[in-house]
Amino acid sequence: MKPIYLDYAATTPADPAVVQAMIPYFHDAFGNPSAIYSYGQEAKSAIEKARSTIASLIGARDEEIVFTSGGTEADNYTLKGVAFANQKKGNHIITSAIEHHAVLESCKFLSKIGFKITYVPVDKYGLVDPDQVKKAITDKTILISVMHANNEVGTIQPIAEISRIAREAGVYLHTDAVQTAGHIPADVNELGVDLLSISAHKLYGPKGVGALYIRKGTKLMTFMHGGGQERGRRASTENVPGIVGFGQAAELVQPELDVEMIRLTNLRDILITGILNKIDRIHLNGHPVKRLPNNVNISVEFVEGESMCLNMDMAGICASTGSACSSASLEASHVLLAMGLDPVQAHGSLRFTLGKWTTEEEINKVLEVLPRIVTKLRAMSPLVKK
Amino acid sequence: MYNAKVMDHFNNPRNVGEMDSPDGTGRVGNPVCGDIMEIYIKVEGSIITDVKFKTFGCGAAIATSSMVTEMVKGKSLEDALKISNKAVAEALGGLPAIKMHCSVLAEEALSSAIDDYITKHPEKNSDALRILRKTPHHKEE
Repeated sequence: MKPIYLDYAATTPADPAVVQAMIPYFHDAFGNPSAIYSYGQEAKSAIEKARSTIASLIGARDEEIVFTSGGTEADNYTLKGVAFANQKKGNHIITSAIEHHAVLESCKFLSKIGFKITYVPVDKYGLVDPDQVKKAITDKTILISVMHANNEVGTIQPIAEISRIAREAGVYLHTDAVQTAGHIPADVNELGVDLLSISAHKLYGPKGVGALYIRKGTKLMTFMHGGGQERGRRASTENVPGIVGFGQAAELVQPELDVEMIRLTNLRDILITGILNKIDRIHLNGHPVKRLPNNVNISVEFVEGESMCLNMDMAGICASTGSACSSASLEASHVLLAMGLDPVQAHGSLRFTLGKWTTEEEINKVLEVLPRIVTKLRAMSPLVKK
Repeated sequence: MYNAKVMDHFNNPRNVGEMDSPDGTGRVGNPVCGDIMEIYIKVEGSIITDVKFKTFGCGAAIATSSMVTEMVKGKSLEDALKISNKAVAEALGGLPAIKMHCSVLAEEALSSAIDDYITKHPEKNSDALRILRKTPHHKEE
């Protein structure tokens, strides 16, 4: 039996229509988009079509979309690109304590070469307070980067409010919309951002491709130098099949957005309510309402996350955890710790993220299996005192 | 990530539970690092006749604590102190490098239980035991 996949925040299966759309561009329409002859022009036209679809997904102009190798590159490009291009203006960047590592590590790198970073804290729900962002702004601030919604706990940030503050101060605003584009409305003008990162494999597209939205007029330094592709902003022969797949994924996800939001929110809430009813000493992480429609993140007292995930895997269910034991760095989730969870609660966290192919039956299976797993692990836990 | 033997010990851990009046209790690890192990031993003469454990931790943490209790049951205190973390990992058929620290914790939980026993029964502290207890012999590898 196929496993029940509930880790859509980590990656998503590409839609079969996406795969079909990509295939011709490997062997048949395989040309280099920079070539004059028809193979090349065919490829060029395909990527421009994709560019247009992706632009319309986020309310941008076609020429404001630059293709990258994914969300991580888009984040790196933004942080480093804005930093280096605006050094004369200032050297201060504001971000939040719960950003994805692609943003945090880029900031860490920049702080080692003379840039000052302010990490705005979050409240117990993982929410950034726009006032705290405002207070942190100085005349040396050149960029604010706050993610649209957090990948671990699903909390949706007040980007539009932060944008008003950024605009007033004349500071660029970037948002990592990797978890939101295609899933909840993520319009660059409604949000009021200058830069926005997206990733194809989070919206049923292929891995290895993403995009950075760059509002016309934004100053940022190019990172990938070479053959001048993407109007000189990001050299490299374009990943044509990937970009075509990305475009197809964006086209599929747009019309379904509202319906999917309702459907997933409903399934999410069935799962949350079910878990809270069936198991005691459980805590929901993240904001109860300002939350991604597909995100369930809980802390289970007295048991550890990786052992829960292993048990879930044996029961045919794919989930993830914020436990240190399951991370390459052996550190517990920085997001949960920033929200004020103590280390044990962070180690005992379990995340389920739902998606296009999630059914109510699958949710019910989790509700059947999880209580048994928790009972079994609590029976061997030294933290349960008789 | 884990081989079949590790998964077996994870799924069907040996000697899980509490003990009425253990002769020695060892507790290692801490909430910050995410692994906590408790080992309880019953000693008759100088033989560990019974052993139980409880662990809060990942697959490797549970498997190594289970394995160490299996290895130590029926052994003398001296032989028990000679069990290294490497031996525990080997008995499990190997662990991913990033999980080797769990085997160190299992070894430490055991020696901590023995230390506790000796503290309560100092007359049992033979020269051999004294030397073994002083020698740190675990290597992470």
